[in-house]
Formats: sequence, structure tokens, C-alpha cells
Amino acid sequence: MEYYLQLIVNGLVVGSIYSLVALGFVIIYKATKVVNFAQGEMVMVGAYICFALTVQMGLPFLVSFLMTLIFSVVLGLCIERVILRPLIGEPIISVIMVTVGLSTVLKSLVQLFWGTQIRVFPPVLPSEPIWVAGVPIAPIYIAAFVLSGLLFAVFSIFFKYSRTGIAMRATAMDQQAAQSMGIGVKNIFALSWCIAAVVSSIGGIILGNINGINAQLGHLGLKVFPAVILGGLDSLLGAALGGLIIGVLENVADGFMQQVFSLPGFKEVAAYVVLVIILMIRPYGLFGTREIERV
Amino acid sequence: MNHPAMDLLKIENLEVVYNDVILVLKGLSLRAQQGRITALLGPNGAGKSTTLKAVSGLIRTEDGEITEGAIRYLDQPIHRTLPERIVRLGIFQVMEGRRVFEDLNVEENLRCGGFTRPSSEFPASLERVYAYFPRLQERRKQLAGYLSGGEQQMLAIGRALMAKPKLLLLDEPSLGLAPLLVEEIFTIVQRVNAEEGMTILLVEQNARAALSISHHGYILENGRIVMDGSSTSLLNNPDVQEFYLGLGHGGEKRSYRDVKHYRRRKRWLG
Ligand SMILES: Nc1ncnc2c1ncn2[C@@H]1O[C@H](COP(=O)(O)OP(=O)(O)O)[C@@H](O)[C@H]1O
Ligand SMILES: [Mg+2]
Repeated sequence: MEYYLQLIVNGLVVGSIYSLVALGFVIIYKATKVVNFAQGEMVMVGAYICFALTVQMGLPFLVSFLMTLIFSVVLGLCIERVILRPLIGEPIISVIMVTVGLSTVLKSLVQLFWGTQIRVFPPVLPSEPIWVAGVPIAPIYIAAFVLSGLLFAVFSIFFKYSRTGIAMRATAMDQQAAQSMGIGVKNIFALSWCIAAVVSSIGGIILGNINGINAQLGHLGLKVFPAVILGGLDSLLGAALGGLIIGVLENVADGFMQQVFSLPGFKEVAAYVVLVIILMIRPYGLFGTREIERV
Repeated sequence: MNHPAMDLLKIENLEVVYNDVILVLKGLSLRAQQGRITALLGPNGAGKSTTLKAVSGLIRTEDGEITEGAIRYLDQPIHRTLPERIVRLGIFQVMEGRRVFEDLNVEENLRCGGFTRPSSEFPASLERVYAYFPRLQERRKQLAGYLSGGEQQMLAIGRALMAKPKLLLLDEPSLGLAPLLVEEIFTIVQRVNAEEGMTILLVEQNARAALSISHHGYILENGRIVMDGSSTSLLNNPDVQEFYLGLGHGGEKRSYRDVKHYRRRKRWLG
């Protein structure tokens, strides 16, 4: 029993990081209808920048964390301005292909600068576990979970109540109508890439603190597809729950397979099994919008 | 001092081309007088929406381009100005087909309408819109996609009022609405004009409804103004009656173009 509880806890932590990355993905998709295949690589770049600042330049962790966020904003702006803006008006599939290219470019750059071996962050939090309901949990796990939850709360409030957040949702629905009321659509696009880059970086930094980082970290982006498709491509709540569910499911399923059938490695495929099942029974996800029937 | 005939908007000899080849407006000229309702009438495909989109700058988003002529607003040329900027100058277009944000609720839609205004104005503006459209207040938390066609049109106009424009461009507010609703909405448009002194350029295919609330009217066919005059004179004009008000003999509406003997009066204004 404790074995499974531990798996669930691990799953929730990894899942909360999936959720964060999924959040970035959903924000871009909502605002621009672009499926961003470079989301995982944005996670990786964030993690490496923070690593470079902390380990290679020796800055205090908090400072490099904040600087990484600033860097992410700049990265988001650059991607939008340099790569995507010239493509406005082109078919959406071209833009999606460009994000595939972008993912390769980002990965190559990381390998160029940092090589392919695993890098580890110096511990930021004490490793002494905290006992929650009889299960020992590393403080970094708790911090990861709380931070993800906090970010979700912040963005939910932003989209629900702030004028800019509402304008972003409006732009996602009808760009021309949004423009007709003076909403700067290009600014909205840029903002959504910035937010996506920031939340991805945070996810990357947390992961780096837990597992260390290497150039394969970008594969995480692929895990996010099952999460967002489960939750619905355009739903924030869906991204949050989808990430958590996938995280827990893959950990528990993996543990079960190992314990009962001595089958290792099921973790890598569990998420995709879920993906196929969802696509068959509920292709718009748990929370995604079906088109509203017009009255 | 009373300036009865100040032109808020002047379109001179406007030529608009889509996709570099399709010439849609062929030297169109018109004016919208300050504080008045000006109707722009004409059959489907004449170029009415294009005219409004040229003014609001939205043709840029459809690969349309102004190749000739000028648009002046408060005597400043605006045909090179970006749409976001034009809204801030005080011109707001309510697009054809209402275009409400279906997954946003009524109040969120209205917030988008006031996007260019300071947040501090929001409560007062909201109250003002609800005073014109009490039905929107009843549904303020409902998703716009679930409103009826008439309510969506009210929302589209309400959204425009949130921006407090000096010049309101209304594209076919009567489209697809039952006669009673058309009357209700046109009455409110008239009130907005009278109470706020808002200048309105009203595009319509429903010529009777439009001429009944407007001061002046233009008739647009095939990219050109073919007739204009005070709304009363247009309502009494036998040609307008025959071709646009359905009072003619033969029942079916025909276009001027089909009538060989029609004395076509081309007007080049400005
Ligand atoms: N975005 C566009 N691209 C190409 N042609 C267009 C576009 N919008 C309108 N047109 C063409 O321009 C003409 C006038 O259209 P429009 O201004 O919408 O007319 P109206 O509003 O009077 O019905 C039509 O022939 C239409 O097919
Ligand atoms: Mg039209």
C-alpha cells in the first residue's frame, strides 16, 4: 500500500510539472491556434539557462531563477517576433511545422553549449523528507507541487478577471472581431508566447532540481500531448488535471507492471496508451469546448 | 456656435482592391455629418462592408488595399492608420454578422468593447449600456453564444458603446432578425444618436428601416455611389421606392442595373 502511495505522490509531482508545461501549450493554442511542438524544448532551455547561471556562473539560486524568467520572456518575444510574425496569414500547418523545426534548433543549441551528459543542480532545499500522511516526501517535491498550483491559480485569475486575460480569450475566438475593438492582436500573440516560455522554464527548473537535466529533457514535451488531449486543448483546468492524471497514471501503471509482471519500462508508454483511448472516446477532451450549438 | 454641417468623415474618390486584383470600390465618395445618421444602402456585394472596413482599417486583415483616394476623419487622413489606432481615435465598427465572442459571457464581451478605455470608466459605461439594453443586464453572466440573434446584435452594439466612439459604423444590424426586433434595435440606434450625439454610418439592405431613422442616405451599386439625398427625399423617390422599398409594380425587387432606361445619376462628391 505504501508502495502505491509513494507512486501516487511521485506521480502528482511529475504530473504538476506536466501541468505547467501543458499550461504553456494550451495558452499558445488558445490564443493562436498553433500547436507548439517546441514546448518541451522551451522547458529544456529554461532548465539549462538556470543551470548555467547557478552552477557555471555561481549566482545564488533565487537570482538565477529570476534571471531565467526574464530570459524566458525575451525568448518568447524573439520566437514570436522573429519566427512566427512573418508567418501571419500563412496556413496554420506551416506555422506548426516551423515549431517542429524550432524544437530541433533549440535542442541542437543546448547540445552545442552544454553537451549531452546529465547535469545536476546543487540542492536548493534540504533533503530531509517531510512526512505527510505517513509517506515521506522530499521538500523539493512539495515545493514543486505548491509552486505549480500557485501558478495555475494566478493564471486562472488572470484569464478570468483581468482585461488583458479576457482580451486574450477574445482574440483566441475571433481575431478580426478582437481587432475591431482595438485589441492589438500581435501583442496578444507575443504575450502568449512569453507566458508559455515562462511557465515552461519554471517546469524545467523544478525538474532539474529533482532529476538533473540532459538534452533529452525536451521529450517531456511529448508527454504533454496526452495531458492536453486528455484535458482538452483549450482548457486551463483541463491542462492542470490532464497533467496530474497522466503523471499519476504512468507512475502507478509502471509500478504495477513492475511489481506484478516484472515488466520494466511501461512508464514510457503508459501516457500514450491513455492518449489513444481518449482519442477514441472523447476527442475534445474532458474539458475542451465542443462547438456551441447556435440558437 | 452651431456648426450644422461639419463633416466628421469624408471619403473621397476611394478605390479598394482585394488580393491585388479584385477592384471592389471604384471611386466612392461620401460624407458623414457630425451628429447625424447617414445610411449607406445597396444590394448584396455592392461594397458596403468594404467601405466600412476601409474606414476602420480592417480591410488590411483581409488583404484589401486602398489604391486611390482618401479617408478623412476630423480632417485628418486615416487611410494609412492601423485598426487598433483607429479605434483609439474614436471610430468603432460593429461588423456584419454580430461577431460576439461566443464563449465569453455578456459582461466579458462588453469589457472587450471597452478595451481601449481606462478601467475606471468601466462601471459607468456598463450601466449606460444596460440602460439602453436591459435585456443584456438580465443575461450578463450568460455565454454570448447562447443568446438569441437579437440579443447578440444588442451585445454587438453595446460593445461598441463601451468604446465611446465619436463615429459608429454599423454593418447590417437588421440581418436575419424578425421585423419587431429590427424595430426595437433601430429605435435604440436612433436614441443613441439623439442622446449621445453619436455620429452613425449605417449600412443596410433593409432600406426602409434605415431611411426611417437616418438623416441622409447614399445608394451604392457595384462600387459606386449612384444616388444620394436626404432620407425623406429618398423615401419619396420613385426609383428608390421601386427598387429598394419594394413598392414597385411586378413585385420582385430588381437592380438599377437591369433597367436600361434608368437615368443613372452618378455623383462625384467632394
Ligand atoms: N476579403 C475579400 N477578398 C476578396 N473579395 C472580397 C472580400 N470581401 C469582399 N469581397 C468582394 O467584394 C465585393 C463587395 O463585398 P462587400 O463589401 O462585402 O459587399 P456588401 O457588404 O455590399 O454586400 C463582393 O463582390 C465580394 O465578393
Ligand atoms: Mg456586407
